[in-house]
Amino acid sequence: MSETPVDPDQVRHVASLARVSLDEEEVTEFTEQFADILGYFETLDEVPEVEREPELTNVMRPDEGRAGLSQEEALQNAPDTEDGHFKGPRVS
Amino acid sequence: MDYNAYVTEERIEGAEEGRLAGRTVAVKDNISTAGVRTTCGSAMLADYVPPYDATVVERLKEAGATIPGKTNMDEFGMGTTTETSAFGPVENPAAEGYVPGGSSGGSAAVVAAGDADMALGSDTGGSVRCPAAFCGVVGIKPTYGLVSRYGLIAYANSLEQIGPIAPTVEEAAELLEVIAGPDERDATTRDASEALGDGEATAITGDVTDEDGGYDFVSAADGDVDGMEIGVPTELLDGADDAVVEQFWAAIDDLEAAGASYHEVTLPSLEHAVEAYYVIATSEASSNLARFDGVRYGVSGGYDGDWNEAFARAREEGFGPEVKRRVLLGTFALSAGYQDKYYKKAQDARAWVKQDFDEALGAADVLASPTMPVPPLERGESLDDPLQMYLADANTTPVNLANLPAISVPAGETGDDRPVGLQFVGPAFGERAVIRAGSALG
Amino acid sequence: MAQAQETGELAVIIGLEVHVQLETDTKIFCGCSTAAADEPNTNTCPVCLGLPGALPVLNEGAVEAAVKVGKAIDATIPERTRFHRKNYYYPDLPKNFQISQYDAPICQDGRLEFSVGDERRTVGIRRAHLEEDPGSLKHKGGSIDTAEYTLVDYNRAGTPLLEIVTDPDFRDAAEVRAFLAKLEEVLEYLGVFDAGRDGSLRVDANLSVVAESEVGADGSVDADVLEAANRTEVKNISSHKGAEKALAYEAQRQKNAIERGRAVQQETRHWDESRGITVSMRSKEEEKDYRYYREADLPPLEVADWKEEIDIPELPDARRERFREEYGLDVEAADKLTATKQVADFYEELAAEFDADLAATWVADNLLGELNYRDMQVTDIDGRLDEVKRLVELVAAEEITAKNARETVLRSMLDDGRDPDTVVAEEGLGKTTGDEVQQAVEAAIEENPGAVEDYHAGEDGAINFLVGQVMQKTGGSADPGDVNQLLREALE
Repeated sequence: MSETPVDPDQVRHVASLARVSLDEEEVTEFTEQFADILGYFETLDEVPEVEREPELTNVMRPDEGRAGLSQEEALQNAPDTEDGHFKGPRVS
Repeated sequence: MDYNAYVTEERIEGAEEGRLAGRTVAVKDNISTAGVRTTCGSAMLADYVPPYDATVVERLKEAGATIPGKTNMDEFGMGTTTETSAFGPVENPAAEGYVPGGSSGGSAAVVAAGDADMALGSDTGGSVRCPAAFCGVVGIKPTYGLVSRYGLIAYANSLEQIGPIAPTVEEAAELLEVIAGPDERDATTRDASEALGDGEATAITGDVTDEDGGYDFVSAADGDVDGMEIGVPTELLDGADDAVVEQFWAAIDDLEAAGASYHEVTLPSLEHAVEAYYVIATSEASSNLARFDGVRYGVSGGYDGDWNEAFARAREEGFGPEVKRRVLLGTFALSAGYQDKYYKKAQDARAWVKQDFDEALGAADVLASPTMPVPPLERGESLDDPLQMYLADANTTPVNLANLPAISVPAGETGDDRPVGLQFVGPAFGERAVIRAGSALG
Repeated sequence: MAQAQETGELAVIIGLEVHVQLETDTKIFCGCSTAAADEPNTNTCPVCLGLPGALPVLNEGAVEAAVKVGKAIDATIPERTRFHRKNYYYPDLPKNFQISQYDAPICQDGRLEFSVGDERRTVGIRRAHLEEDPGSLKHKGGSIDTAEYTLVDYNRAGTPLLEIVTDPDFRDAAEVRAFLAKLEEVLEYLGVFDAGRDGSLRVDANLSVVAESEVGADGSVDADVLEAANRTEVKNISSHKGAEKALAYEAQRQKNAIERGRAVQQETRHWDESRGITVSMRSKEEEKDYRYYREADLPPLEVADWKEEIDIPELPDARRERFREEYGLDVEAADKLTATKQVADFYEELAAEFDADLAATWVADNLLGELNYRDMQVTDIDGRLDEVKRLVELVAAEEITAKNARETVLRSMLDDGRDPDTVVAEEGLGKTTGDEVQQAVEAAIEENPGAVEDYHAGEDGAINFLVGQVMQKTGGSADPGDVNQLLREALE
């Protein structure tokens, strides 16, 4: 089995980093599955270091205007709006 | 019969005239269609209506195609069986009771059932080729950068391409001609002939552009493989299902009879391809899916508590288990203390795979393998063990890692009538080579 | 660590992260306008709104601007530079990641020289990198920490930012202010920055207090000492004056704490300009794990040779030096005349046509003086500089007196918008003809025998009274020097 013990706390920590809330059942399930999957990923350690040269470079566009969206289009999928703004939760 | 292949059946009419006029092209539901719901098979986007068209949709409309609807798919492209969709699984018209493959299961099903003339899917780790193989139709994953991703809702942006699915190689090539080509809105696109440079017109490949300056893939679908050299990576046959392997060699025999030759080749890096793929894909997914927080679109998390709590609620509600699993794995692989071990090593593995392929294609015109190491799975079979499902991608994921083009063509059936596909892989921007090879199998 | 125990002298160490909005027409990754908009969410598109499926494409103008800055601060532009994703969640981030640069920034190892009082100082600029601005938030139902919900406007999202990171080379708040003023000046000269634009400059400062004994004679501090010292990050500084106030406050706050034997917390603090204090940001110390990794949607840049090819204008310090030499100006005048590139350009335009001293008086003293008094900037009369030039032309040609030119014409131009020729005509300011002056001189002499007597008795000052009389008679449009001369001749 795996050498990487992934414990429930790590799963909770990662869930918080990813802003995905998990119930206790999910925490247990994922802890088990991650142990398997991460164990499988271990063999990556054997891979030699190889640098890749990117083929494309310097792709840019000129500083010119392009048509955008109207305010209505921009807001059309928002669950909640107010005075032309998107409405979201508080930040503290 | 209703294969549940569509999420939304709503006709989008194209221009009056064009080379696709009078024909229907279904579009996978992760490709943006202005004014028509685009869900990615997810509850998160059940009500999302894009205010803009993906570039490929614009090109379809310009070519006169009619889009009959948006096809069902594994949620956000994450799956190999189209069973993770929030809108229910898709049936396989070519093999009742079995999965159609994924994640572009709906697109392959509508083509296999004859409900649409052709379809567009997307391929991140095999998601066009796998359903094409399982449904007995043709699917092409283009070279990374040949087709614009503007409007494709991202899962793993360094791996994916939009590709055509059609009943025959020639039609798939035709659809590819319509959608391929650089786009100023996608900085990763390239022109094929510019990428190939001068003097790349070999007897096998042919010139990639026609007299009008557009791409010519169709003329490569002439079945003429006389003199073609095919490399067969042994790693992609080892561990494959017997029935699949049998069909594979039968097809190779047919190609030999038509004048091609093959040799076996070993690509040691392929052993690490699946891990590398999953680490990279889940890492990119964790970032690409971060935008779904319910403020600008999607399921809202309400106003209880602060933004962290609200966002977490929205995502808990909107994402299915496979998506959550991959987002968490990807977050882990990128996180402090683990990025060097997982993400960086995966990038090394990726570079190694690319090297191996380049070398093998130096001694062959195309490489061949079974598209999938297994025939179509029974519905429900794969859902309990995610790792098992990931391993089924062993033959397709290396190609995405290497940014190369590949085609899957039907290559017979197993004893119990389940379709088997054969995959050809070509050099970068060598679509003509794989199209030619595929067209020899009918 | 020395902090809590030391009762000796304390020294302040400050480093800055300055976010500057670059003046391009369009946003960094899409073709939306960067101009201020009246309504929220009207300058957006799928890309800057973070709609699913949208992709970034880099604005060449932003890269050019960054290279110009790199050239001006003598920075290295590496062979290859690329973008990374900085992953975190916040409602002002449309994608919940910011496209930024991580280990391969476009500028590295530059420096900026500036004056603090009489001293010249040089601060190291560790790096400068490109990134996208987030949107703007309004906290509703309270302040940032008591609000019920947030309103978001993405018009600003995607504006190109250059983040300039200095070495921790500052030793007090006044230096920081002087540096920022100089930085703004240089950026403005390059044409990549507009100080007048709301939010165009934002500063985060890192401040720690260490024992004075740890600071070397050359001002350097050991890296380990810096590491060990608790540092606060002060955010929400948006001007160079604000920076001085905020950092003076914070330095004192930390010193006070230490002197009272309390430890300083390593934390983020918010500068509250209205209350003049820094406030601890109650936000839970979330792990700042940004999971930086390469942005695959943007191919890397190889633009090291652009530094050679791109032209930048003469920078303020060099221009100042040249003005002193070429036009014989003193330090104060040279400073005023190079305050902005526009002023300097205008001055040189005048100096080319008229006498350099006259031009200097007119621009440095008269124009800037009158503008200042009215709390105006040269930019406020942007399109009217040719009118000012016309005014100087009138003075140089002696068609009006210098006094009238400044006190009547210039002020009218600024206060009621009339052009110089109109004012001269309407106020009858054309220099009085020789005859009229002569008549006024004779009349003044006749009407004021007492003064004439005083003058002949040796009171030279009496002539001034007579000059005044003549000036009155001519409605102030005679030239006082000429009048003085004429009176003396007449009184011989």
